[in-house]
Amino acid sequence: MDAILLQILNGLDKGSAYALIALGLTLIFGTLGVVNFAHGALFMIGAFCAVTLQRILNLSYEVVDATQTDFLGNPLKVKVPYVEAWFGPEMGGSIIDWSVPLAILFAIPVMIFVGFAMERGLIKHFYKRPHADQILVTFGLAIVLQEVVKYFYGANPIPTGAPEAFRGSFDFGVLLGFDPNAIIYPYWRLIYFGFAAVIIGGVFSFLQFTTFGMVVRAGMADRETVGLLGINIDKRFTFMFGLAAAVAGLAGVMYAPINSPNYHMGMDFLVLSFVVVVVGGMGSLPGAVAAGFLLGILESFASMNEIKSIIPGIDQIIIYVVAIIILLTRPRGLMGRKGVMED
Amino acid sequence: MSKMDVTRRGVLKTGAVAGGGLMLPTYLRAAGHEGFTNAPTGSTVTLGFNVPQTGPYADEGADELRAYELAVEHLNGGGDGGMLPTFSSKALEGNGILGKKVEYVTGDTQTKSDAARASAKSMIEKDGAVMITGGSSSGVAIAVQGLCQEAGVIFMAGLTHSNDTTGKDKKANGFRHFFNGYMSGAALAPVLADVYGNDRKAYHLTADYTWGWTQQESIAAATEALGWETVNNVLTPLAATDFSSYIAPVLNSGADVLVLNHYGGNMVNSLTNAVQFGLRDKTINNKNFEIVVPLFSRLMARGAGENIKGILGSTNWHWSLQDEGSKAFVKSFGTKYGFPPSQAAHTCYVQTILYADAVARAGSFNPCAVAEALEGFEFDGLGNGPTLYRAEDHQCFKDVLVVRGKENPTSEFDLLEVVQVTPRAQVEYAPDHPMFAGGALGTCNPGA
Repeated sequence: MDAILLQILNGLDKGSAYALIALGLTLIFGTLGVVNFAHGALFMIGAFCAVTLQRILNLSYEVVDATQTDFLGNPLKVKVPYVEAWFGPEMGGSIIDWSVPLAILFAIPVMIFVGFAMERGLIKHFYKRPHADQILVTFGLAIVLQEVVKYFYGANPIPTGAPEAFRGSFDFGVLLGFDPNAIIYPYWRLIYFGFAAVIIGGVFSFLQFTTFGMVVRAGMADRETVGLLGINIDKRFTFMFGLAAAVAGLAGVMYAPINSPNYHMGMDFLVLSFVVVVVGGMGSLPGAVAAGFLLGILESFASMNEIKSIIPGIDQIIIYVVAIIILLTRPRGLMGRKGVMED
Repeated sequence: MSKMDVTRRGVLKTGAVAGGGLMLPTYLRAAGHEGFTNAPTGSTVTLGFNVPQTGPYADEGADELRAYELAVEHLNGGGDGGMLPTFSSKALEGNGILGKKVEYVTGDTQTKSDAARASAKSMIEKDGAVMITGGSSSGVAIAVQGLCQEAGVIFMAGLTHSNDTTGKDKKANGFRHFFNGYMSGAALAPVLADVYGNDRKAYHLTADYTWGWTQQESIAAATEALGWETVNNVLTPLAATDFSSYIAPVLNSGADVLVLNHYGGNMVNSLTNAVQFGLRDKTINNKNFEIVVPLFSRLMARGAGENIKGILGSTNWHWSLQDEGSKAFVKSFGTKYGFPPSQAAHTCYVQTILYADAVARAGSFNPCAVAEALEGFEFDGLGNGPTLYRAEDHQCFKDVLVVRGKENPTSEFDLLEVVQVTPRAQVEYAPDHPMFAGGALGTCNPGA
């Protein structure tokens, strides 16, 4: 029982990342009809927003410490962050420690700008082209973006820690009456799950309870009729692209302490997130979220030793096996609508 | 007076044959000239540096390339000579190799076996490389080593730690300076027993490919011999990025040590995940829970950040060593590039010097003569103490370093501290050791 609960918990944070990326993918597909394979790159850029802010906060001047030597035997140049010099070691240290949460504020405008630039600069020229063309150009864009990031940040993962206060793990086992250490779960992953829930809730509320969201939903259902009513739906859809980019970016920012960001992390998530969208049903926002959590949890279960001993290698293919089963039994996915990508 | 029967057809035939001969590509003629592949005929000799320039190990590849460029500079008489003055062999004179200026070409392995073989093949066939060296992965090293054996050139392996490289997949044309999984286990296990005690239960997470398997087998055997129990070994996919689902069950397994048989991005992520789960803060079986990373790399340690602090592992070489060879190399590399070299850079530099020295001692670039010069070669002054290139399997035997993540680093390069220099005798094994069985060195192939 404790092992099952443990894997459900594990699946939640992985599912959160899948759900957030898939939500953005579905938003873009539902509004603009574009299959955006560069969406994983937006997740990666978000994580590198956290890295960038961390580096900005760590900008330093050098002080020569004559009591120590560097690797060449010269007096050691010790780096002192400007933030610590300005605000004092304690306050400055705290600001640096909280660089990831602070990066949320930094990432929102950056990601909206990146989203707008991507949509206006490239993707809008492919609206009327076949889906295959859209996939090719956005996949190419993803490769270009990851190579640009690698050029500036290198190929190695870059440690981007969570604030000191959120390191360590919570013992659910004791809370639920199991043995100590039976079900432990890192604080930051709990925060990630909570953060994902807030973002997903926020996006749904925005679409459900605002006039802007209502128009967007109407446009998703019948773009032509909304246009005939004199509403500039294209402008609103462009905004939605920016919003989807921001969602992916924020997912990336908060993911940075879970796994050290590297230039390839977008690709690692992209294919799985695309499978999540297909399983959830193309164009269905609730479907994307539900499928994200479902596949995240199933992936966690598949990596249990007990299951791997019965079906070796199942942890690597479980998502695709489930996708095949669901698409065979429900060709439109879990919550797919009739007519989407069927013409 | 003799009569000459010169016909139009005869002239055309003779001209065609002569022209065809002249038009033969230079490398083919060179290949056949001295009876071995790519025999250098001009005033230069070309070496092929096959390193990951793209992909996940690109930073490690870049450091390897820096070391190769430095080695070429020193071989050609440039710079401060690096390790040449400290090297016990004095066959090299700083005038290239056998008087031929050293030039080089580079290839990109992408850390993929097929890409690495393709780039090595191209360097041999198109660029006339007489020796191939490099790599940051055992899978790549084994693939390229096989290709070099077929092509008839020497392969001087870069960073490859799998037992198989000089075990079941060893080749007569291949040579490894870097240490291996067995040596890591033999060096690390006694230190682990000293620091953590003999009564420990270990849980292994192992990268699911040749290096991971041999590394796990070696560490498990070495620790079990000292009283540890291996409670579980879980194979993890090489492509895995989040190890939480593999780490979560560890505490509930009864284990009090987690051994991460991971390298590169796998190591960074699995260690980060393990620390996130608070494993190191737990007490299991009335003992502090510990994490061990058998193969450390400074470049990878940077990715793990603070998580590396206090964690024990092993390494082939470290820039803080104070022998004359290491100091000379660090000074030379650090002055040129502004930071200390990695262990990958060190082994690649040393392999280039060792190859050049073997050619000089053999008096020939013929791979079979070079192999003969390297086999059984004893040397010193290259940073690892007295070293033997064993003839039976082409594996270098030398001291191995046990290191620990430094608690108070003074810079971004000062991440590891040397805990113990394990003497060579402690990490030696018989050529027919079961962990290295299953293959044969074969005979040297000169190609052509």
